[in-house]
Amino acid sequence: MKKYLVRRLLFLIPIMLILSIFVFALTYLSPSDPVTLKYARLGVTPDQEMIERTKEEMGLNDPFIVQYGRWLGRVLHGDLGESYKYGTSVWQTLTERIPNTLKLAGAAILLTVLLAVPLGILCAVHQNRFIDYLLRIISFFGVSMPSFWVGFLLMYIFGVRFKVLPVTGSGEFRYLILPALTLAFWMVSLYVRRVRGSMLEEMNKDYLTGGLARGLPKRQIILRQILPNSLLSVITMFGMSIGGLMGGATIIETIFEWQGVGKMAIDAISVKDYPVIQGYILWMAMIYVLVNLGVDLLYRVLDPRIRLEGGRK
Amino acid sequence: MSGTYYLKKAMKDPQFVIFLILAVVLILVPVFAPFVAPNDPIEPDYSNLLIDHSAKYPLGTDEIGRCMLSRLIYGGRTSLLIVFVVILISSVIGVVLGILAGYAGGKVDMLISRITDIFIAVPQTVFVIALVSVLGSSLKNTILAMSLVSWTEYCRVTRALVLSLKENPYVEEGRLGGMNEFQIILKLILPNVFPYLLVNITQDIGAQLLTLSGLSLLGLSSQPPTPEWGAMLSGGRKFIQANPRMIMYPGLTIVMNVVVFNLLGDALRDVLDPRFVKKKHHFRRMREWLNKTE
Repeated sequence: MKKYLVRRLLFLIPIMLILSIFVFALTYLSPSDPVTLKYARLGVTPDQEMIERTKEEMGLNDPFIVQYGRWLGRVLHGDLGESYKYGTSVWQTLTERIPNTLKLAGAAILLTVLLAVPLGILCAVHQNRFIDYLLRIISFFGVSMPSFWVGFLLMYIFGVRFKVLPVTGSGEFRYLILPALTLAFWMVSLYVRRVRGSMLEEMNKDYLTGGLARGLPKRQIILRQILPNSLLSVITMFGMSIGGLMGGATIIETIFEWQGVGKMAIDAISVKDYPVIQGYILWMAMIYVLVNLGVDLLYRVLDPRIRLEGGRK
Repeated sequence: MSGTYYLKKAMKDPQFVIFLILAVVLILVPVFAPFVAPNDPIEPDYSNLLIDHSAKYPLGTDEIGRCMLSRLIYGGRTSLLIVFVVILISSVIGVVLGILAGYAGGKVDMLISRITDIFIAVPQTVFVIALVSVLGSSLKNTILAMSLVSWTEYCRVTRALVLSLKENPYVEEGRLGGMNEFQIILKLILPNVFPYLLVNITQDIGAQLLTLSGLSLLGLSSQPPTPEWGAMLSGGRKFIQANPRMIMYPGLTIVMNVVVFNLLGDALRDVLDPRFVKKKHHFRRMREWLNKTE
């Protein structure tokens, strides 16, 4: 286990390095020029000499690898540079926005767990009955709808028709409900199918027969043995869908004007504010890689079969 | 194992036939848009702004009087074209690299697998947003960015398939029969990868449509006035209060396409992959058995 953890952590280094080169190359190759943008923000029209001088000051005439090295050094100290547009520290903006994104993602995940697991069990236990078909049809459409479209529909129903919730906005709890529901709807649809599938797979195994033969009540076998076993595959799936969750959160934040990192990035793209976009990508990749690592570790802790084979490679 | 065998089997499957017909219709309508669409998709009609529906405009008009139905039909050209090109590019890249990795093994496999790992290490939407933000939003760049994130899945699946396929005795027989590695890949491996690939491609259409619509919503794909479903949704959201149908119709169009292609993919999988048929059988037995014990 310890060996595995070390190996995984070591593997993170090349990944994050290559990613950082990519992220840096974004600005390096980008058609827009930070010097012009800087002066545009200050409201000054610079002459050629001023541009050259500032370029030299900002180190933009150095070769790629030198600029990259300097940039990486700063990033490792938590300095992501300044926003071209607002001149504010990107790190500070990120730390202001991250709690909002985490709130949204956390609420969506919480809703998903609370809804998907019981509904999945319901489907599996009542396989091929009415409730099973109904939930399967709903979840099938749930994964076939663009998540933001679900958002629009919820906006229309709760915000426009019944006027019980605000359509867009950020901060307070009542603004969180609709975006969280939107994100959760997609995830619940995905997970109901998954929980159902893995429950049924487990039900086909011999220990259910064994348990029944020993006279254990079916409810007990399902809750105490089948459910924990089938949740393992759900955990794997969580690792796989976290990317979708984060991408989805970006879109949902934008349509609901929830002030998270995703909204920040989309706003930054329209004005070509590259330091902010860099901050967004680095943060997203970081979270994604770490959550996946966490999921893999959790999986190993929970599944004795893998734990025993842990030293295999 | 031949194509005609599968074709015959597929044509006997009602689900497959129904969704194949529907999918063909969904593709043909945009292809023949000039003959099918009732109006010009771009020409504004300022005397008919935001009308609900009329004889001339069956689904009404948008804020500058363009026919919704015509825009939806023409929009399919953009949306489906992008999706098909993305799938073509990413599946070719993915399959070639996957076969290379699986068949050659060793260092080649190591290298390709590590590259895929790095691509997988970034969430797809984030990657696409990053690329488009630098390259600038245009049709070409959207296709490029979406292809760059999509090939990894094809590569992974192909690699795994080839790893098991190359252990088959007929590969060794081919080698003894004087085939070179290239011929083995082309004649013995590729035909067996193909059915799985076809299932993956069909199931990918829906997923790519959803990704594309998200990008268009963020303004990261086609530029106005080109009609495109996601872009239409994005434009319609300003009118969510007064004219909800402007978000209803494009959304329903996307859902309809995704549903049809997903169900076609499922049907194709059942036809081509005998494992799933068996599984269905298991479930039926399981159900009978569960009912008995109750």
